[in-house]
Amino acid sequence: MHELSIATSIVETVLQEIQRQNLPPVQTIAVRIGALSSVDPEALRFGYEAITPDTPLANTKLEIEFVPVQAKCRACGQEFAVEDFVFACPLCDSGQIEVMRGEELDIAYLEVENDKLNTDDTD
Amino acid sequence: MSEKISVEKKVLSENDKLAADIRAQLKQRGIVALNFVSSPGSGKTSLLEKTLGALNNELRIGLIAGDVQTENDANRLKAAGGKMVRPIVTGGACHLDAKMVSRVLPELDLDKIDLLFIENVGNLVCPSSYDLGEDMKVVLISTTEGDDKPLKYPAMFRRAAVMVINKIDLLGSSDFDMNRVKENARSINADLKIFEVSCRTGQGLEAWYNWLNELVATQKKVQ
Repeated sequence: MHELSIATSIVETVLQEIQRQNLPPVQTIAVRIGALSSVDPEALRFGYEAITPDTPLANTKLEIEFVPVQAKCRACGQEFAVEDFVFACPLCDSGQIEVMRGEELDIAYLEVENDKLNTDDTD
Repeated sequence: MSEKISVEKKVLSENDKLAADIRAQLKQRGIVALNFVSSPGSGKTSLLEKTLGALNNELRIGLIAGDVQTENDANRLKAAGGKMVRPIVTGGACHLDAKMVSRVLPELDLDKIDLLFIENVGNLVCPSSYDLGEDMKVVLISTTEGDDKPLKYPAMFRRAAVMVINKIDLLGSSDFDMNRVKENARSINADLKIFEVSCRTGQGLEAWYNWLNELVATQKKVQ
C-alpha cells in the first residue's frame, strides 16, 4: 500500500507545475497507470482524496487512465496484448519480450479553468 | 470552459533523478549494487549473513538494511561480520526510496566497497515502483510460500533480474512445486536467472557466491 506516497508525489508535482506555468485553478488531473506499475487505481484515488482537502487541489478531480500491457516480440516483431501477465509471443512462443506499454505511472495533463484567461484577454 | 495543459511527467521523476545520481556515483567507483526484495520471512537477511560469512575476506561488502521498525536486520548483519552496515528505518513506509538511500550513502566509504547490498523492506508490491540506483533487483522466494507467487506479483518478477529460491531443505514438506514456480516465474520473465539454495544447510550457495564473484570481476574489468 504505497499509493499514499504515490498520491503525495502527484500532488507535489502538480503544485510545482501550477507554480511553474502560473496556472489558473486546476479542475482535473489526468494520470496514466500501467498494469505493471504496481499501483492500484482505487487505492490511489482513496489516497488522493485523503490528502487533498487542505491543499489548493481540494476541488480537483483525479482522472485515471488504466493502461493494459502491450508488448513486442524481440524474435519475430509481433506486437500483442499481454493477457494475465504471460510474457510469451502468441505467434512464435518466444519469451524475449519488450514491454511497450503498461509500465506508466505518469501525469498526462491538467485541465484548468480558462474563463479567467479569456476575460483577461478581452480586457 | 476548460483547457488542457500537457504535463507528461513521471510521477516518480524526483525519485528517478535521485536514483540516477546514486547509480552514477556507484558506477564511477565500479561498485555492483543489488536491491534485495521479497515477502517478509523469505530469508533476505539470512542470505546476506551467509554471503558475508563466505565472501567477506574476498570482497569488500557494503550493506544498507531497510526495515519498517527496529534495526534488528542491520544488527544481525554486523554480527555476521558486516563492516559497513547502515540501517534505514522507514518508520512505517512499506518500501525504500532513492531519497532514503541517498541520505545514508555518504555514511559509507564508497571507495572501499566492491559490492553493495540493499535489503529492501519485506514487500513484493511497493518496492517494485522505486528505483534505488541498483544494477539489478534480486527477488527471493522460499519454499514455504505459494509457488504461484510470481503470478501474484508479476511487476516485481518482471523487473527482477535474479530469483533466489530459499529453504530448499524444506522441499516436500509443503505443496510447493519447484518446477511450477520456475515455470510461473519464466512465464513473466524468461531471462530470470535462478538460484536454488538453503541458507540453513548451505546447499546451492556455492553457485550464488560464484555468480557474485563473477559479477564483481566483470565490473572491475569494465573499469
